[in-house]
Amino acid sequence: MSAVIEGKGGFRAWLNKRLPVDQFVEDQLTGYYAPKNFNIWYFFGSLALLMFVMQIVTGIFVTMHFKPGEATAWNSVQYMVREVQGMWLIQTMHAVGASFFFIVVYLHMARAFLYGSYKAPREVLWLIGMLIYLALMAEAFMGYVLPNGNMSYWGAQVIINIFGTIPGIGEALVEWIRGDYGIGDATLNRFFSLHVVALPFLIALLVGLHLVALRQVGSNNPDGIEIKEKLGPNGKPLDGIPFHPYYTLKDIVGVGLFLTLFAIVVFFVPTFGGLFMESPNFEPANPVSTPEHIAPVWYFTPYYAILRAVPDQRIGALLMALSIAAFMFLPWLDRAKNKSMRYRGLASKLLLAMFFVAFLVLMWLGLKPADPIYVTLARICTAMYFGFFILLPFVSKADGNGPVPERVTYHAH
Amino acid sequence: MLINARVAILFALVFSAGAVQANEGGHAAGWQREAENEVANLASLQRGARNFMAYCSGCHSLKFVRYSRMCEDLTIPEDRCLALLVRPGDKAVDYIQSSMPAGDAAEWFGKAPPDLSLVARSRGTDWIFNFLTTFYADPTSRQTGVNNLQLPGTAMPHVLASVQGVQNAVWTNVEHQGEDGSMLVTREFKSFEPGVVGSMNSAQYDEFARDTVNFLAYAGDPTQLKRESMGVWVVLFLLMFTGIAYLLKKEYWKDVR
Repeated sequence: MSAVIEGKGGFRAWLNKRLPVDQFVEDQLTGYYAPKNFNIWYFFGSLALLMFVMQIVTGIFVTMHFKPGEATAWNSVQYMVREVQGMWLIQTMHAVGASFFFIVVYLHMARAFLYGSYKAPREVLWLIGMLIYLALMAEAFMGYVLPNGNMSYWGAQVIINIFGTIPGIGEALVEWIRGDYGIGDATLNRFFSLHVVALPFLIALLVGLHLVALRQVGSNNPDGIEIKEKLGPNGKPLDGIPFHPYYTLKDIVGVGLFLTLFAIVVFFVPTFGGLFMESPNFEPANPVSTPEHIAPVWYFTPYYAILRAVPDQRIGALLMALSIAAFMFLPWLDRAKNKSMRYRGLASKLLLAMFFVAFLVLMWLGLKPADPIYVTLARICTAMYFGFFILLPFVSKADGNGPVPERVTYHAH
Repeated sequence: MLINARVAILFALVFSAGAVQANEGGHAAGWQREAENEVANLASLQRGARNFMAYCSGCHSLKFVRYSRMCEDLTIPEDRCLALLVRPGDKAVDYIQSSMPAGDAAEWFGKAPPDLSLVARSRGTDWIFNFLTTFYADPTSRQTGVNNLQLPGTAMPHVLASVQGVQNAVWTNVEHQGEDGSMLVTREFKSFEPGVVGSMNSAQYDEFARDTVNFLAYAGDPTQLKRESMGVWVVLFLLMFTGIAYLLKKEYWKDVR
C-alpha cells in the first residue's frame, strides 16, 4: 500500500500527498474483505445505491422542466413528456424508478431478516437502514403528490389526515404540514422543496453513515458467522475476499440483470398494470371528484391495510405507526445465539414465513377496496404481522442456539 | 370537535370509497366489450384522427397534442394534414383546442366537456369503446333523449347518432334481496335492438369506434410506438452487457476456493 504511494513519482504521488485516493481505494475496496459466500440476496445493497443515484440523476432533469404549484405542476409534466427531447424516457425512469427502489429495499430488508443481519454487532447499521427507509417513504410520498394528479391529491388527503388523529395537536399539525386549510399551492411548493433538496440530502447522509457502519462491523453472510474470528497469516479473514475485484465484478452482473428487468418495465409496461402508475393519476387533481377507490402506491399498501383493519381510526393510525416502528426493535427482540435462519429451528423458520406471508397479503389487501371479506383478512394478517414481533423473543431464544459451522459454506465454481 | 371531524373525514375517505366500488363491482356487466385496438396500426390511427376532428373536437380539446406532432407521428403528409385536419384559423403548430367557448359549454351541458388528451390512460381504452357504443334512446333523459350504459346519466348527447343510429335498450326485471332483507326489483340490461337507423351498420360502427379509441390511446401516450421499438435494442444491449459481465466475473472468481 504505502509502497504504491511513496515509490512512484509523477502526478499520482503528487495527488496522493494531497488527497488520499490510493489510501481510500485500499481501505474501502481492495483491502476491504467481504465474506466469499454471498448469494443472490447480497445484490440488493449495491442495487439500492444504484437506484438512489438513478433517482438523483433523472430527478435533476425532471426538476429542470417541472413547475411546482397547483396551477402549473400537472401541465408541466405533460409538457415535458410530450415536447422536451428525451424527457418521456427520463420522467418514466424516475416514476418507475420509485417502485424499483422499493422492490430493492424490501428485498434488502428481507435479506436481513433471513440471515439475522440486524443482530449484534450490526444494530446501528440496521437502525441507520431503518432511518433511510423512513426518509425514503417520505421522499416517495411527496414525489407522488407533486404532479398533482387526482390520486396524488386524494392520497395526500388520506395520508396527511392520518396525522390529524393524534390527540391534542392533530388538527394544528395537519395545518402545519399542509401550510393551508386544504392541499394547495403551499403544500405542493413545500413538498417540492423537501423532495428535491432536504430529503435527498438527508438520505445521502444516511447512506454514507450506513456504509461507514458497514465498514466498521463488516458484512454479515448467509451463514451468519463472523469471518473476522478466523484470520489468516496476512491478518485478513480466511473466508474473506477483497471487495474489489470480486464483488465489484459480481455486483456488475447483478446490475446488468436488474437493469434488464428495469428496462423491460420502462419501455414496455411503464404503468405495470396500474401498479406503478395508477390510472386516476392521469386525471388532474379534482377536489370535488374522489377516485372510485383510493389506494396508495403498492409500496405503502401493507401499512394502509393495517390502518383500515381497525374500525377505530386512531387505533388504526397508531397500529400503522407501530408496524413500522417495530422494525427498529428487531435487534433486541431477536434473542437467538445464531444469526442465520440456516441454523435455527423449524419454529423460527415458520414464524418468519408467517411474517413474510402476512406482509405480502397485506400489500395485496391494501390495493383492494375495503370489502368486509378483505377487512377480515386484513385483521388476520395484522394479527400475524404483530404476532411475529411478539413471539420472536421466545421462539428465537428457544430454537436459535444449535451448532454452527466453523467456516462459511462455499462451493467453488 | 374539530379533531373528531378530521378523524371522520379520514374514516370516510378510507372506507366509503371502497364501499362505492364494491356496489359498482357487484353488477358484472355482460355488455362490456374489449376495445381490441392496436396502436401500431397507422391506418386505424389516421381514421381515428379524422373521426376525432370531425365528431369530437367541436366540444372536446386535446390540449396537450399539437396538429403538427400528430400528423408527423401518424405519417400524414403536411398538405393533407393542413387541408383535412387542422381547423380553419388554427396553425399546424397549435394545440388541438375545442371550438366551443368553455363558459358556454358549461352552461349548455351542465359541465364543460373534458379534455381528452389522457382519457385513454385514466379511463382505459375499453371504457371509451363501451361508452361510444352503448348510447341508447331514453325518453326519461329530458336534456339529450339518450342514456349510456357505461356512464349512466351522461351529460353528453349522442353526437354519433347520424352514424350509429339510435338503438333501444331491452331490460328485464330482476328480483333480489336488499341489504335489509326485503325483496327489491331492479331492472337489468338484456340487449340492444335497432331503433333509428344510422349511416353505418353495427360492425362498421364498431370499427369506427375502435379507430377513434385507438387514436385516443395514441394521444394519451404519443411516444409509445417509439418507446417499444427503442426498448427492444436497449434490452438486447443490456442482455449482452450482462453476459460479458458474467464471463468476466467467472474468470476472476475461478481463483476463489
